Amino acid sequence: MLRDAILDPQGNTIKKSLNSLGFKNVKSVRQGKLIEIDLNTSSSNKEKKNIEKMCEDVLTNSLTEKYKIKFLK
Amino acid sequence: MKVAIVVFPGSNCDRDISWAIKNICGKKPDYIWHKEKNFTNYDLIILPGGFSYGDYLRCGAIGSHSPIMKEIKKRSQNGTKIIGICNGFQILTESKMLPGSLLQNENLKFICKKIYLKVKNNNTFVSKKYKLNEIINVPIAHMEGRYYCSKETLKELENNNQIIFQYCNDNGNVKNNYNPNGSIMNIAGIVNLKGNVLGMMPHPERCSEELLGGENGIKFFRSIFESIN
Repeated sequence: MLRDAILDPQGNTIKKSLNSLGFKNVKSVRQGKLIEIDLNTSSSNKEKKNIEKMCEDVLTNSLTEKYKIKFLK
Repeated sequence: MKVAIVVFPGSNCDRDISWAIKNICGKKPDYIWHKEKNFTNYDLIILPGGFSYGDYLRCGAIGSHSPIMKEIKKRSQNGTKIIGICNGFQILTESKMLPGSLLQNENLKFICKKIYLKVKNNNTFVSKKYKLNEIINVPIAHMEGRYYCSKETLKELENNNQIIFQYCNDNGNVKNNYNPNGSIMNIAGIVNLKGNVLGMMPHPERCSEELLGGENGIKFFRSIFESIN
């Protein structure tokens, strides 16, 4: 996701479109990216650090983006 | 003058800039594949425009992790001159060789047109042949050219005279109306603190001969030639 302070023109366009379709109570929209990673391990604790490193080094640009990690079974 | 042009999968301005340099400076640059780790010394290394890795993930993000980049980073610290144009600029910010980041244009469109630039600092290796505040007509062609940086970084860029080119109108008026992509302070090109790494979104190689519709980019290459020789 783009950080809150960063202008998100795609989010704004989606918001306007939703409003014009009758969803008047939509106040703002922020959009982002979902990346699914399939790991060769079953221990999510062990991999958490690794995934954080992937996020910091490659998957996000820390200046403009923030991220959340969620483990699925 | 020994010049290398790095070729990433998806680069598409590598030949254009090679042609411009050969035409203006008389010496044909070498192409280096992005997987190289050892290569001879060069006075100038160019990261050309294009769509490295199809712009996947973020523009320049995957290219910034190409095997060649470690060595380029090292050489830039030792003073080798580095230029990144368009996608090259995006690779330089992603690899943290230049501060800030390039985001999607404010109007969400791919903008391909000629714009005006003001030369804000003519004391660099790419701008010394221009007059200070000279207005030049140069093409842009990008979807992600909205330069963004933190307030602190912006202050540093200003205080250290690192802003080289700003978008303006034909009178040199630097206003938001003449800002094609929503860049902070109309920034189109910056250098690092040391002054040996330049990144810019506009394409001087596309306006360096009459046949292409303009010659305002010639002084860009003459500046480089003079700085190195």
